[in-house]
Amino acid sequence: MRATPEAPVEEPQSIRAAGEDRAGEAEGSPGGAAIELAGVEHSFGALRVLGGIDLGAAPGEVVGLVGPSGCGKSTLLELVAGLGDPAAGELRIGDAVDARERLARCALMPQRDLLLPWLSAIDNAALAPRNRGASRREARALAHPLFERFGLAGFERSRPAELSGGMRQRIAFLRTLLAGKPVLLLDEPFASLDAITRGEMQEWLARALASEARTVLMVTHDVEEALYLCDRVAVLTPRPGRVAVELGAPSPRSLPRIEAVTDHEFVAARERALLAMRERA
Amino acid sequence: MRTLRAVLPPALIVVALLAAWEAAARWDLIADALSIKPFLVPAPTDIAVAIWEHRGRLADNAWVTLQEVLLGFAIALVAGAYYAVVLHRWPALRRAFYPLLIGSQTIPIIVLAPILVVWLGYGIGPKLAVIALICFFPITVNTLDGLRAVDSDVVRMMRSLDAGRWQILRRVEAPTALPYFFSGAKIAVAIALIAAVFAEWVGAEAGLGHMIRISYSQLLTEQTFAAVFVLAAFAVALFGLLALLERRVAWWGGEGDGP
Repeated sequence: MRATPEAPVEEPQSIRAAGEDRAGEAEGSPGGAAIELAGVEHSFGALRVLGGIDLGAAPGEVVGLVGPSGCGKSTLLELVAGLGDPAAGELRIGDAVDARERLARCALMPQRDLLLPWLSAIDNAALAPRNRGASRREARALAHPLFERFGLAGFERSRPAELSGGMRQRIAFLRTLLAGKPVLLLDEPFASLDAITRGEMQEWLARALASEARTVLMVTHDVEEALYLCDRVAVLTPRPGRVAVELGAPSPRSLPRIEAVTDHEFVAARERALLAMRERA
Repeated sequence: MRTLRAVLPPALIVVALLAAWEAAARWDLIADALSIKPFLVPAPTDIAVAIWEHRGRLADNAWVTLQEVLLGFAIALVAGAYYAVVLHRWPALRRAFYPLLIGSQTIPIIVLAPILVVWLGYGIGPKLAVIALICFFPITVNTLDGLRAVDSDVVRMMRSLDAGRWQILRRVEAPTALPYFFSGAKIAVAIALIAAVFAEWVGAEAGLGHMIRISYSQLLTEQTFAAVFVLAAFAVALFGLLALLERRVAWWGGEGDGP
């Protein structure tokens, strides 16, 4: 069997509702904005990386992008983030089409934590408010409650070099949250972590996202991670990347990870996604 | 214990070299080998005596040289950092001025120094010009390399976090460049002393370079060496101070896992 673009797309009816629920919970953080990608293509010289991506995300929805290495996932995130314009097609975030306007609506969390070694944990987390002109004191006051909320209390003053990989990744996530943008773009957030830390961080992120109303686009090459964390998962083909199949989340995110990933529906969804990736390769 | 381990090897080397020199000079080995008069080859102990006997004159002249070096070096630090930032910020300027920067280093200072004395007189002016001109190059080149060593992913991340061009410079590029700036400054401070001696040699009324020239022309070799020893001590001390300062204000340079 060949997975084709016409392969069944599970309509994530319950997911939108879930997104709206989260919007109600969050206070002081921006609501999500809708993302729309229509026929997005991109090349680097003669190398065609993206071959026409159609994808959407409702406000507050968490959408995963999985695909083999080199299928243009990271490029796609950078384009969405407004760090460039696609060669063809349209990218829209809320009512923003222009790259500059998209940049103002998205916060990108890169693959590596990229914490600045000369800043303390809290000053790293508070970079965005500082960039917008807040004093160091004001910026720290904004970051402080998040350190409490995300289990980092007591590490505000630590230098990045003193922290574990998981801690550094959490701070990188806080830094992205504190940008206060309606859309979060996560590029392989846990790629550099060991398997155990990775599992813990996935549970941590599931809880963190549950309390946020923002729209999230998350790139990963780990199908299980995507299915566990996202409301909906788009599987991309190898380069030039296109959406091969979209899958709805097989289990509610409130489940502990170990229960979620061993559920038979979850396993079936995972196998379908893997099959789609492999048959295209 | 750690201090001892750091200080002991260089101290032993210096002592061993001085002892060999002392022996060679005492038994006229060098003078015989070169077929010159023994008084032209002073032993370290003779030089130590000369330093003590001429301590007043040495101190006066050293003070003059130290002032020139510190001031000229300070000018080079400020100008070098400023120039590096400007060239980094505007790549068109970098392409235009970088060859000129390198070209400026090929002007033999031996030619330039006397001209500067003619232009600027016998005061501190030409000394500062020579020192700043020589120190400027390693500081600018190193700082520019540091500014360009920034990971492009960090720049993209900062743009996504609402940073403008100057905020990226201030929060990312400048801290990344700081350890490079110190490397350049450490190279510069050692050659600043050579530059000072050179400038004084050409035309001065005081300073260690001046003292070396006078004592050398009178074949007072102990005094010549005494002044050279003081210069060397300055170089080591200034380098050490910079290294200490670097460890305090640019400590992330040695960590090796910058962003």
